[in-house]
Amino acid sequence: MLRYALKRLGLGIIIVSVAMVMLFAMIYVIPGDPASVALGPRATPEMVQALRSRMGLDQPIWIQFLRFYFSALRGDLGTEVLSGRPVLDVVFEQLPYTLALIAGAISWSVLLGIPLGCIAAVRRGGFVDRVIGVLSVAVIAVPSFVIAIYSLLIFAVALQWLPAIGAGEPGNLASQLKHLALPSLAIGVGWVGYIARMVRASMLETLEASHIRTARAFGLTDRRITYSYALRIAILPTVTLLGVGIGNMVSSAVFAEIVFARPGIGKLVYEAISVRNYPVVTGAVLVTTAFFVVVNALADILIGALDPRVRTSFD
Amino acid sequence: MSEQALIERQPRERIGKAGRVLRRILREPLGAFGLALVVIVVLSALFADVLTNYPPTKLAPADRFAPASLQHLLGTDHLGRDLFSRVLHGGRIALAIALGATGLSLIGGIVLGLIAGYGPRWLDNLMLLLFDAIKSFPTVMLALTLVTLTGPSLLAVLIVVVLVNVPGYARIIRTQTLVLKSAEHVMAARSMGASTARILTVHILPNVIGPILILASMDIPVVVAIEAGLSFLGLGVRPPLPSWGAILNDGFVNIRDSYWIVVAGGLPIILTTLGFTFLGETLRDVFDPRLKRRE
Amino acid sequence: MTVLDVKDLSVDFATEAGTLQALRKVSLKVPANRIVGVVGESGCGKSTLINAVLGLLADNGAVTAGQILFEGKSDLVHLDGNGMRALRGQKIATVFQDPMGALNPVLSVGKQMRDIQYRSGLPRKAKDALSIEMLRKVRIPDPERRLAQFPHEFSGGMKQRIAIAMALLMRPSLLIADEPTTALDATLEVAIIELLKDLQKQIGCSVLFISHHLGVIAELCDEMIVMYAGEVVERGSTRDIFHNPRHPYTKKLLACDPARLSRREPRLPTIAGTLPDLRNRPKGCVFQARCELADDACATMPPDSALGASHVARCWHTDETAGAAA
Repeated sequence: MLRYALKRLGLGIIIVSVAMVMLFAMIYVIPGDPASVALGPRATPEMVQALRSRMGLDQPIWIQFLRFYFSALRGDLGTEVLSGRPVLDVVFEQLPYTLALIAGAISWSVLLGIPLGCIAAVRRGGFVDRVIGVLSVAVIAVPSFVIAIYSLLIFAVALQWLPAIGAGEPGNLASQLKHLALPSLAIGVGWVGYIARMVRASMLETLEASHIRTARAFGLTDRRITYSYALRIAILPTVTLLGVGIGNMVSSAVFAEIVFARPGIGKLVYEAISVRNYPVVTGAVLVTTAFFVVVNALADILIGALDPRVRTSFD
Repeated sequence: MSEQALIERQPRERIGKAGRVLRRILREPLGAFGLALVVIVVLSALFADVLTNYPPTKLAPADRFAPASLQHLLGTDHLGRDLFSRVLHGGRIALAIALGATGLSLIGGIVLGLIAGYGPRWLDNLMLLLFDAIKSFPTVMLALTLVTLTGPSLLAVLIVVVLVNVPGYARIIRTQTLVLKSAEHVMAARSMGASTARILTVHILPNVIGPILILASMDIPVVVAIEAGLSFLGLGVRPPLPSWGAILNDGFVNIRDSYWIVVAGGLPIILTTLGFTFLGETLRDVFDPRLKRRE
Repeated sequence: MTVLDVKDLSVDFATEAGTLQALRKVSLKVPANRIVGVVGESGCGKSTLINAVLGLLADNGAVTAGQILFEGKSDLVHLDGNGMRALRGQKIATVFQDPMGALNPVLSVGKQMRDIQYRSGLPRKAKDALSIEMLRKVRIPDPERRLAQFPHEFSGGMKQRIAIAMALLMRPSLLIADEPTTALDATLEVAIIELLKDLQKQIGCSVLFISHHLGVIAELCDEMIVMYAGEVVERGSTRDIFHNPRHPYTKKLLACDPARLSRREPRLPTIAGTLPDLRNRPKGCVFQARCELADDACATMPPDSALGASHVARCWHTDETAGAAA
């Protein structure tokens, strides 16, 4: 198990490294000098030159990359152009808000998606199954930012059931949860559909397995067979799905944070773009990418913990 | 049967097949609904100039913030532009980008997938690593980085979509190529001295292209969503060009007083993504039930 | 006393291509403390028979006629879901063919064995003690430790022995063994057969043993049943059937058994023809299309002709088949 976990994390580190090379290459290849971008159109050539050497842009490319890579490994993502604060601090200040948002979205999707998938599987072919199927496809199809804007319009502006903007008062959990409800639902509702479909499909497959027939032949109740014997297997692909889906949720979170005016990584990057605060953009992108890769690896390791077959095959 | 007869028969059979597929789509309520939505969206984009007299970018300060009426079917925005016209013309841009970007992604995915699957092992491994790395960037983050450097443009949207889609397509093509590489008919062709190019285009490509086309058709709504999303953030289509995402952005600022702008921007996105998705799902079930299992 | 008494059982399946008559007028008896073998080609209805007895027919299948009497009283055909569930695993236990897939892969063996005992109301420790005792009986070494392990950590032969232990855990009066050795290699097969024989004596249950392997049936069973295309064509003591088969199908089946060939044949004999289409059964005898003795009489359903104390064959021509052992 430990070896499997280490292997999986090692692969994650390689992927992040390659992603960093690509990020770096993209910055380098794309026309536009980061220093002049950062300083804006009114900067004098001398100012640009000074910033270029301060940012190390006058060095050969491979030195620039190594510097970028190793300082990133040390947690040094550069400093904000205007305030001079370390980018990592700025990013970590916003990260908890985004994490809370994603955690909320996952809660919605798991708490609604798994039961719906089970119900659809148990009543396969019936009316309820068809309704759940169509709704699942529909919520997957509609982009989350449209759902975010429409839910803001309906529940916050028209009905005024829930607050429209912000993250709630600091320290007031109830207020924070109220502010979390709509944005996390907007992100999570599509995943309710994904998970319901996934659980339904793997549940149907599992219920066909011969060990389920054995369980029936031993007189176990249908309830125990469905929710303990079959669900425990049918739920495994969901974990993988969520692990891969985190990247997608980060994307949705950018929109949700902008629509609901919530603090968070997405809003940070979006606002950094408009003021050309370029180190913040790369720093935040790097942190979210690393976060995504780590979560992915953790999902795989979690699968290992939940599924004894995977666990031992890697020992 | 003579060769001549074969050639003559083919077109009619093809029509027959298309007709059968169409009938099977229409037999499914969801497929028929999806097809209807897609037809409406496509026609209204094609005939935008016929369906409305208002130019999509014409300002009319006197008519600002007019709610829906017979004059302005969906109302007007903060600059007095007719939203119905903007929605129809926005559809042109959305569909053009969806088709163009999907086509480009397909070409890129097929070429890279064939190379990875047929080329040497080290190249395959390297490309897989690159694909994983690209996929590890959240789509919007990738777009934000790109746009920071290039500025908002249609081209940026195109690049983002291609970057996001190519790894997935390439992976599928690669896997199928790997399987086919050692299939009997490919071995036979190779032993008879067929060139690599011929093997790839004649013996492998026709066998791997079916599933990828279906998957790509199912990605069209995703591309529509990406374009609208980036335009909503102000990173895609630049004003004053009409785009559904841009309409949402205009309306979002005024959501408390002029809700109809947001409604006008969101509805076409919802209808288009639903239509293409329902149609794609039905197509997939008709053509290749095996794909269904993969989810 | 008779543990299982199936009388004139017919089972139909509704399929897209029409009604499939999977079992037609199947009768058999499993006496107490006996091992009864069921033999037949694949598709002859063995699995349907088991599923009908267990009340686990697929949704599109239904018993259309007949009775399944268990321990002389309850007719399993009319028992409701709860009543049936109370018998399954407690009174009637089953060992299935595929030991690899028969156990739940994500639950430990101990947990699965505890779950079978859920009706006993015993504390967890007592349940585990019973499981350990049973595992020891099926000769799993170090059962205390093994209880915490998962199915994939056992070999195929061990898994099948665990499946047997699970089946016998509640000391059922009837054990149904559905080709329990087919998926195993020959040496394991012998060991499992010996084990089953042993345990059957110890526990004192009856066994309904399904197999297509005539040698195993001869070795293990007191009585046997020959099935063909959803019908019991012949039944009787194993001795009678092997030495004096009276149904033409049984004769041919025995003639095809490689173990019974007197000399090396260059080509193994086969039965000419194919199984009838069960959606469109022939009128009369089900074997007539492949039978050399078939004549006009066979166009009507043959009676179950009694040939001895328990020896019965469903054939019009039992007079002509007498004496000529294969």
